[in-house]
Amino acid sequence: MKICVMVKQVPSTDQVKIDDQTGTMIRDGVEAEINPLDLYAVEEAVAIKERSLEEVEITVISMGPPAAMQALRSALAMGCDKACLLSDRKFGGADTWATAYTLKKGIEAVGPFDLILCGERATDGETGQVGPGVAAQFDIPVIAYVSAIESLEGGRIVAKRAIEGGHETVEASLPVLMTFVKEINEPRIPSLRGKLNAKKVEIPTLSAEDIAAEEDKIGLKSSPTRVVKVFYPTVTRKGKVISGEDAGEAVTELLEFLREKNFV
Amino acid sequence: MKATLDEYKGVWTLGEIRDGKIHPVSYELLAWGRDLADKLGVELVSVVLGHSITDQAGDLIARGADRVYVVDRPELEFFNVEIFDKVLCALINELKPEVFIASATSAGRTIMPVIATKLYTGLTADCTGLDIDESERLLIQTRPAIGGNVMATIKTPNHRPQMATVRPKSMRPLPADETRKGEVVNKEVSEELLTSRIKRIAFEKEETVGKPLQDADVIVSGGFGMKDRKNCEQLGRIASALGGSVGASRRVVDMGWLSYSHQVGLSGKTVSPRLYLAFGISGAVQHMAGMSSSEVVVAVNSDQEAPIFRVADFGIVGDLFEVIPELDKKLAKSSAN
Repeated sequence: MKICVMVKQVPSTDQVKIDDQTGTMIRDGVEAEINPLDLYAVEEAVAIKERSLEEVEITVISMGPPAAMQALRSALAMGCDKACLLSDRKFGGADTWATAYTLKKGIEAVGPFDLILCGERATDGETGQVGPGVAAQFDIPVIAYVSAIESLEGGRIVAKRAIEGGHETVEASLPVLMTFVKEINEPRIPSLRGKLNAKKVEIPTLSAEDIAAEEDKIGLKSSPTRVVKVFYPTVTRKGKVISGEDAGEAVTELLEFLREKNFV
Repeated sequence: MKATLDEYKGVWTLGEIRDGKIHPVSYELLAWGRDLADKLGVELVSVVLGHSITDQAGDLIARGADRVYVVDRPELEFFNVEIFDKVLCALINELKPEVFIASATSAGRTIMPVIATKLYTGLTADCTGLDIDESERLLIQTRPAIGGNVMATIKTPNHRPQMATVRPKSMRPLPADETRKGEVVNKEVSEELLTSRIKRIAFEKEETVGKPLQDADVIVSGGFGMKDRKNCEQLGRIASALGGSVGASRRVVDMGWLSYSHQVGLSGKTVSPRLYLAFGISGAVQHMAGMSSSEVVVAVNSDQEAPIFRVADFGIVGDLFEVIPELDKKLAKSSAN
């Protein structure tokens, strides 16, 4: 079985600091990391490989600048076998449509695969659109928000999805694309050996030409959406904060506030 | 031959069915849609796919739709991404709306990118604001990114329909007006559109206090300051008293005090309730990303430097374990009166 895991390099949220004056995020000098939600996809792929009786090969793929190599190395260190980076100035500025197209062409170039996996969204853009978009590019089924794989055999998969109000179990024929929620597993910390192995893996960088991407479907100029303005909202609210009162008085004031707002 | 942009007319909203009933997020979308359709001077259409739902279609008219397209088939009883994709693409190709919006629910966020990909058009995720640029007749979509620290305004100038998912609770529904006139049209679809490689085989309902987080008007959330699983049970009492649901920070879920479905934040749910009460939540960037679009925020924390106070409309610096029982008692008394 062949598994492809799609990962994205994102600014590290753990390091994000908020500017006290403006209430906005300080982005300068923020380190990059593999999208934390993609780690669940990497872990699940490695877990499938570990428990499978048949041979499983895991390829991790990313689209991004050369620095995204680092995200691929982290995935290799966790136990993926191969990696490949889609990197080309022509890919720059891609929206979710053009990104899904580019990933599809890249996956096609190194595929085929029985399973394509990724996190439910990336913690920077937070669109959650690229996973389903890639599935649509391939015209294969997408199972989104997967919280458990119940069975995977004979070319069929049974998976549980975390949706509003509970869990839905679905069955599908392979190939499928799955996006994962945090509930599915606990990603492993790469071992020293894993890290050393990851360093040895040669990671090819594929350009638009290498993956035979059509020029009019990649990058900013082929993206249907246009960001016309970016602005920083004022997150600071002029709230009333009371301190030093006893709990009884504080709660009485809170209830008055809630009553004013018609919550009580 | 590809249709020209001018051939696309009208604003469409996707009605959402859950448990055989029109879900209220469908009415929130119609409130957005009504404003957009009026500014464009076009018809507002709601499209709804389900089984045995035709008799409810009038509710969508009462909430602002001029016309409702209903596809009523047993195969559509539950959300199925493949069948919904084929049916909706067929309707869009036939009837050519200029704007098509859905709620940013698990169904909406799955189906819309599939459709936008197949139609080669733009899609903007999880918008908190929609408007029309009247000179260009374009949809202006505003969405938070990078954990709500940046807002982006996005347009789809040259592709149609202009598609967006809209964060639930970002708009109040219009009041139901039973005197509104509109047309309900049953659309027939060919059998081949109703097949799928995915089959639903079970659904396990999660028993929790209140509604699923994304649907809740009030969320009572606990953080690491709750100290243990037992204390987290007190959140349920406050939530019940306020008619709300229970939320949690990542650490509370990682500790196993509450299940994942309660988690608010970057690796959990993004919520937008009318009231968010944060008990013992310091306000990590990742948590605030999931709740900063709440209408009113109340925070209780023993650390007066906790970042959560920066987004709070009302804050109490104090001991949770004194405040919560006191609040529980006073809420019980106020409901008894």
